[in-house]
Amino acid sequence: MTDAKTNRPLVRLDRISKHFGEGETRVDALRNVSLDVYPGQVVALLGPSGSGKTTLLNVIGCILDPSSGSMELDGEAVIEDGQWLRPNLRRLRLDKIGFIFQFHNLIPFLDATDNVALVLQLAGAEAATARARAVELLDYLEVGHRRSAMPAKLSGGEAQRVAIARALANRPRIILADEPTAALDSKRAGIVMDLLRKVAVEQDAAIIAVTHDEKIFDRFDSIFSLRDGRLEMEERGDDQREPDVFQCSKSVS
Amino acid sequence: MNLAYRDIRHNLGRFLLTCIGLGLLLGVVLAMIGIYRGLVVEALTIARAPAIDLWVVEANTRGPFAEASRIPGDLREAVARIAGVSAAGSITYQTVETEHRSGKLRLYVIGYEPTRPGGPPQVIAGREIARSHYEMVADRSTGLTLGERINLGRNVFTVVGLTHHQVNSGGDPAVYITLPDAQKLQFDLAPPAARVQLARGASGSSRDIVNAVVARLQPNASPDAVAETVRRWKHLAAITQEGQELILTRSLVDRARRQIGLFTSLLLVVSAVIIALIIYTMTMEKLKQIATLKLIGAPDRTIIGMIVQQALALGLIGFAIGATLIANIKDYFPRRVVLEPDNVLILGLIVFAVCLFSSGLGVRAALRVDPATALGG
Repeated sequence: MTDAKTNRPLVRLDRISKHFGEGETRVDALRNVSLDVYPGQVVALLGPSGSGKTTLLNVIGCILDPSSGSMELDGEAVIEDGQWLRPNLRRLRLDKIGFIFQFHNLIPFLDATDNVALVLQLAGAEAATARARAVELLDYLEVGHRRSAMPAKLSGGEAQRVAIARALANRPRIILADEPTAALDSKRAGIVMDLLRKVAVEQDAAIIAVTHDEKIFDRFDSIFSLRDGRLEMEERGDDQREPDVFQCSKSVS
Repeated sequence: MNLAYRDIRHNLGRFLLTCIGLGLLLGVVLAMIGIYRGLVVEALTIARAPAIDLWVVEANTRGPFAEASRIPGDLREAVARIAGVSAAGSITYQTVETEHRSGKLRLYVIGYEPTRPGGPPQVIAGREIARSHYEMVADRSTGLTLGERINLGRNVFTVVGLTHHQVNSGGDPAVYITLPDAQKLQFDLAPPAARVQLARGASGSSRDIVNAVVARLQPNASPDAVAETVRRWKHLAAITQEGQELILTRSLVDRARRQIGLFTSLLLVVSAVIIALIIYTMTMEKLKQIATLKLIGAPDRTIIGMIVQQALALGLIGFAIGATLIANIKDYFPRRVVLEPDNVLILGLIVFAVCLFSSGLGVRAALRVDPATALGG
């Protein structure tokens, strides 16, 4: 919460634009998108197909070059005037960003513990340390009893919890989720969103999720929608949740 | 954490089945190499059997294997007297088909003088020919056993000894009999035909004809110098052992050798393509996982390591299966399959190189995967 109090966002987008093609075939996927997301916030990105939400998630996830604009992640400038400032974006992702996927994307030949431990080992942790931390995370997400199960043997909810544990393994402060509840029923979707909120609050993380799942809209602090590449803030009825902490700003030019 | 090992362990049955399939394919390649080598070895076997240095044959021929050669048998004494020659022997070769155990048996009959060069190189069972007539030493692959009697022409021969690996370039097993028996077998006519010859007045021609006289030289004698001495007589040709082997490999079995060699090369190319496809397909099936690995921050070396290690494991296990298979069944082939350690080693290196190259294709595909494909359905 410290960063929120010092008004320092974990994700800061400044006039990010992205277009594909040129001339008559040019498509503007993002148009001058600016967004600040603070620690502890759980933010939703909505929008119809082709509105640019996946493009925005890819830019924040450091897997797509923007055409212009600047971006800061966890206080570090990573894009300036459309140019990456760090050469090794994979290391940047490993250190700063956790990803949660629509279909969990667990590695099918690793058990639950090793799926989580893999990320830690990629970051340089010893095998024993990585496994200990993985077990700790699985217990934290209440799926420790399935630590030896292969992904194919896990239920949808269990697999998504393991995926969340993997996303948290390196203690990233930015978590990007792509339709995290799309493959779950409403009960399990609610549990997953509660877990993400718990993570955001307890680990001072910012969570940005692309979703179409109306039944979980009330679990977000802020909801933004993208229309033709422009970011707009949706009206919400329950902004009373910890309003002093979940400050979220947006600007659209 | 070794991702290649974990993936293999997870899909062990499928991986092993793929290895077995590849092993069978590599086994066929090894068998073809063995058949190719066997053809060359068999072509040289009969020529190497007498362990001699010089072949004296009919003038202007490259006999007795590549071309027909007929010379008088008593030339042996003249050859034996040439300076540098330590021993000489007359020899005949003929192919005979006979009835045996209610079936046809095709034999390559070698007639030789038992106390002179030209006999079987090694008798592995029984003894050498001791009597002047109607004894034979047979190659084990004829199926004949010691003491067994067999008809050749109008006479019955007894098997007194067995040798092994003695076949001609066509794969027919060899039997050794005495020179007089071989000449009788070659020139004796059936009674009606003999009567016709007698009526024509052609019965008086000499039957002491041989196909070649073979000579063993003294240690300090030069085969080329002795050959030159023989050629000076003008009505004879002389071929050194080295020259004879060259004729056999370059002329006699050259087309068959090239045919098998070309087929083996094609098989090797097909194997390489199949290995490449297997490894490429294995990689393509994992593209979503590779995209996920890249997205969560796995460096390229982790992904490359996984693909290359799996490719090498596939090649190594497949090759081991193929080599073990052929080593165990090669003696059941109708013709000789010769697998030299260097052939196996070279094929192993080729498989290693193919796996490495094939994994390169997979690695190329993996490195081009956009990590963004891990997102979305």
